[in-house]
Amino acid sequence: MKKFLTLTLAAGLMSTAAWAETVKIGFVTTLTTGAAVIGKDMQNSVNLAVEHLGGKAGDLDLEVIFADDGFAPETGKQATDKLVKQDDVDFVAGYIWSHVLLASRKSVLDAGKFLISANAGPSQIAGKLCDQDFFSTSWQNDQTPMAMGEVLNRQGVKSLYVMAPNYAAGKDMVAGVERTFKGEIVGKDLTKWGADAQLDFSAELAKAKASGADGIFVFYPGAAGGAFIKQYDQAGLKDTLPLYSVFTVDALSLPKLQAANLTGVMGSRTTQEWDPSLDNAANKKFVTDYKAKYGAYPSYYGAQSYDAIMLIASAVAKVGNTTDKDALRAALKEADFESVRGKFKFGSNNFPIENFYLREVVTDADGTWTTKVVETVFEDHIDSYAAECKM
Amino acid sequence: MTSMTRRGWMTVAVMALLAILPPVFYLTGNPFYLDLATRLSILGIAAVSLNLILGYGGLVSFGHAAFVGLGAYAVGIPAHHWLYGGMDFLATTSGLVQIPLAVAVCALFALVTGAVCLRTKGVYFIMITMAFAQMIYYLIVSIEEYGGDDGLVIDTRSELPFVNLDNPLQLFGFSYVALLVAMGLVRMITRSRFGMVLKGAKGNEERMVTLGFNVYAYRLTAYVISGAMCGFAGALLGNFTTFISPEMMDWSRSGELMFMVILGGAATTLGPILGSIAFIVVEEILSSFTIYWHLPFGLMLMAVVLYARGGLVGLLRGRGEDAE
Amino acid sequence: MDLSLLIIQALNGVQLGLLLFLVASGLTLVFGILDFVNLAHGSLYMLGAFLCASLTFVFGNFVLAVLVALPLTGVIGFLVERFVARPLYARDHLDHVLGTFGLILVLDTLAHLIWGPAGIAVPLPEWLQGQVALSETLVIPSFRLVIIGAGLSAAAGLFWLVNYTRLGMLIRAGASNRTMVSALGIDIQTLFALVFALGAMLAGLAGMLIAPITEASIGMGNNIIITAFVVIIVGGIGSMKGAFIGALLIGLIDTLGRSFLDDLFKVFMSSDAAETSAPAVSAMLIYIIMALVLSLRPQGLFPPRTR
Repeated sequence: MKKFLTLTLAAGLMSTAAWAETVKIGFVTTLTTGAAVIGKDMQNSVNLAVEHLGGKAGDLDLEVIFADDGFAPETGKQATDKLVKQDDVDFVAGYIWSHVLLASRKSVLDAGKFLISANAGPSQIAGKLCDQDFFSTSWQNDQTPMAMGEVLNRQGVKSLYVMAPNYAAGKDMVAGVERTFKGEIVGKDLTKWGADAQLDFSAELAKAKASGADGIFVFYPGAAGGAFIKQYDQAGLKDTLPLYSVFTVDALSLPKLQAANLTGVMGSRTTQEWDPSLDNAANKKFVTDYKAKYGAYPSYYGAQSYDAIMLIASAVAKVGNTTDKDALRAALKEADFESVRGKFKFGSNNFPIENFYLREVVTDADGTWTTKVVETVFEDHIDSYAAECKM
Repeated sequence: MTSMTRRGWMTVAVMALLAILPPVFYLTGNPFYLDLATRLSILGIAAVSLNLILGYGGLVSFGHAAFVGLGAYAVGIPAHHWLYGGMDFLATTSGLVQIPLAVAVCALFALVTGAVCLRTKGVYFIMITMAFAQMIYYLIVSIEEYGGDDGLVIDTRSELPFVNLDNPLQLFGFSYVALLVAMGLVRMITRSRFGMVLKGAKGNEERMVTLGFNVYAYRLTAYVISGAMCGFAGALLGNFTTFISPEMMDWSRSGELMFMVILGGAATTLGPILGSIAFIVVEEILSSFTIYWHLPFGLMLMAVVLYARGGLVGLLRGRGEDAE
Repeated sequence: MDLSLLIIQALNGVQLGLLLFLVASGLTLVFGILDFVNLAHGSLYMLGAFLCASLTFVFGNFVLAVLVALPLTGVIGFLVERFVARPLYARDHLDHVLGTFGLILVLDTLAHLIWGPAGIAVPLPEWLQGQVALSETLVIPSFRLVIIGAGLSAAAGLFWLVNYTRLGMLIRAGASNRTMVSALGIDIQTLFALVFALGAMLAGLAGMLIAPITEASIGMGNNIIITAFVVIIVGGIGSMKGAFIGALLIGLIDTLGRSFLDDLFKVFMSSDAAETSAPAVSAMLIYIIMALVLSLRPQGLFPPRTR
């Protein structure tokens, strides 16, 4: 016990000494359970970003500490507490899951650190719970499904069946599509989520089919997405109940679907703020190097994580230290970095104002299944909760 | 030195270290270790409460995490209503209301479920206690108002006279003292006539029945005391994490509590505390090395079950001495 | 209520029930005969799924993969028996629970190390991909019917094995009187190991059957193991009949609850509240039933006669 004490004391002193020239970023994501496939993609992208930056943010060394949220809010909050208190990081970034972010938010902000979400965008944090030290490099949850609702209107879909997991983001996604979709929602299922998520959707798919809807809208991120697509395919619903999804068909599920040769997903359409085919220099470098290093397309989770690190690095480089919080905040808000989605600008609630694209699943030149942009659905879109944010 | 005093000294030494080290860590700029100690003190109370029925009573409850969760929600729900309105009769931030509420709710839940569970024996008991815990788990998941699966952030901690739970040192002190009280209480119970009957029924139920004791009533009483005490631990845990979710009641959490008791040494005063210290410290160390830490951790748990009967207390005391 | 929807959902419920039966039957065999509580039974289900998934890509054929993966899962079961279960037979149920709890952590992490976190989607052969139309409105994916068929044949096979074969006789005899069976010159340890391996194969088969629908993923066993325990507790530990009826009961309740409970709830609560609470309440339902059964019959519905 005594040795343990001296060791940690020594570690404490060392971290204080090193603190002057290092910027520490805690990155919370899912590294265990089936959802770790998302975490892995984010981790890869963060490492790539650090590599592209040469391990430096201006004159300061970059250090990223990864932490696992175990796909559960309680574990995520514990991991966050540890980053803030023990590792004394300057920034906490990451967060795939809205409920994990909501649970961890207070730990970071109360400690006076900056919180950067690289994915989750729960409506609460965009609105009432917004904070000057919180920034998002992704979107507010409602926006992507809102874009999909708009697509549905343009395609003349009159009635819709909706399925999503029963957690914060699932509810936001449903709210989002309901906000823009002008037709009728004829049925809705919210299914069990988390480490023991429901993956067999036989009962729900039978209901959806019986509802006679023109289409089905789903949100199943990570492993559940693959499971859903397979069952949708097996149930033979492609012609009678076209699939419109968000965050379900992506660079993480496509390789698996291609391996299993589930061609039913070809041509399926989703909305997103980013795509590997977006034509700008930063994105080309990101996608090419990612593919070279990890042998697969990056996903939007990765793109957003890459941007999060670039954003932090740009602010730190501009200010030159990590102690001047006010200067850092202002520098973050300026978002003066080369984003993989082209231009990048924060709105009043520190969520990006950005474009949303309709993407389609296609085969690339090498025969790999990927997505490409079909059209721009929203330009410079501002989320619906920004007005509720008072700061 | 007789084994009795040796064990007594060990208890004093461990508890003294647990009192002194965390504040030292805190004051030397390592607040995280204080948090760790607070967490293990709180889980220690839960383990002590489980030890009463599992260790001394031989009643293997695989659903004790439900009490932790219920206790935490008894803090979170009144605080939630106090902030966001609704259910005015429940809305409060006073710990003098919340904590007794947690204890009362858990005692009641233990009384109702215990009455059913204790009719069963052996593995049926293990599984029915788990079933009741799962029921509560899904009940909480289904209540949208309290966050369902997403859980609930507790924005304000319980307000108590003399103690400010927002201060990490005071929160630790409060938890630590509560742990001492819980240990003393269980020690007192198990040395009373009541405890003798409980322990006697573990060894030979029929003899106790023949002697004219209503074993069922004794066990139910112990189950209620244990549940109430665990509910108190839950109330503290809610205050500590300031976030509660159904996850706290997952069956694997009940398994972890069981492990703390067995790891440390069932039916001993110090066992549950040693168990929770070892469990949490090892978890912390392993998980900082690798994301695959469940592998060595699981191997360690299996090794303890297979080779270290009597737990850490048994190991420290040497072989050949039976648990109290 | 739409009748054809009801029939489809009932079929879905039966399919889930039979899958549960495959897991629960192995559990109840091991439990009833070896008196061993195996929490890690679900991990064997997961390993079955992963092995089958990998082999499907090796052979390019799902059916062949199942045939090879089955004995492999049996071997894993055999090893688990030898190194984890056997030293614990003489201990109490608490030690079984804790030891196999540790084993879950180990096996889940090993699966993560070997197959990565992503999970594996298992492709089906062309002839299993489509749907079968039972009538104009009754269309069900053919693979779901395969699961129903496989589950029923496994159940029939088990009944035959336990009731009409020499092995079954020994199993039944070993359960009621171990010393007598050994006195007959039967190696009881080998018999127990065989029973354990059989249980592992049944769980593995369930995993292989579900993998093409969901996918092989880490932790998939932990979702089903608790439900399987509920099944055998409701049915009566050690009773094959109890496991079968319990599994169908739980499968139907869960599926029908998920399909129709929200409509029922909408009668007396807001539509949003109904949609979010219905799945949780239907999940709760199976535990309520278990508590009810146990409070009325503490030994389950069909306590085996042998003990």
